[in-house]
Amino acid sequence: MTVRTPAWKRYNVRVIWLSLAYAGLLLPAVYGFKHQLVSTPATYLVAILPALPIIGIFLAIGRYLVEEQDEYVRMLMVRKILWASGFTLSLATIWGFLDNFQLVGHIDGYWIIVVWFFGLGIGGVVNKLTLGAAGC
Amino acid sequence: MENRLKVLRAERSWSQQDLAEKLEVSRQSVNAIETGKYDPSLPLAFRIAELFGLAIEEIFVSPARHSSRAI
Repeated sequence: MTVRTPAWKRYNVRVIWLSLAYAGLLLPAVYGFKHQLVSTPATYLVAILPALPIIGIFLAIGRYLVEEQDEYVRMLMVRKILWASGFTLSLATIWGFLDNFQLVGHIDGYWIIVVWFFGLGIGGVVNKLTLGAAGC
Repeated sequence: MENRLKVLRAERSWSQQDLAEKLEVSRQSVNAIETGKYDPSLPLAFRIAELFGLAIEEIFVSPARHSSRAI
């Protein structure tokens, strides 16, 4: 069962704006690099810009934990974060060794964020199975 | 933690949603506390006790006392 608290609704609004910012920064960056419109040292800045809204989402998650007044719902989210972090770090460690021994291909670092958000989903399933509520 | 929340709620003909609104928490929180899946913090336990006009130990069974009774 999903719980929608006021803090969660505020978090969602922040994530929507950050997602729009991500798209707004990523598309020009890709276009700029593809057409060689960016010169050094601006390349570093332009390359990092799309990462900033993603970092903003992590901050929004932290802000949500601070603002969430329902301690049980907050605990569900903390459990999800722990599952996501454990899952991601374990997978990254395994993949790192497989990569090191040249048994698998190299993966771009930013995929780790995708895996972490997938891990939040795993945490939600674990919450549902063990406590009867997935959380937000 | 075992507790008498469900009985106390039923005595007042309150639904889980009613109790959740009075405590300003989600219905899922009330359900988790009632079923012993979640132990409330001390501030929330005090809010629950004050709502029912009882002491905390009249609502929640001490785990130590519960285990010694089982022995």
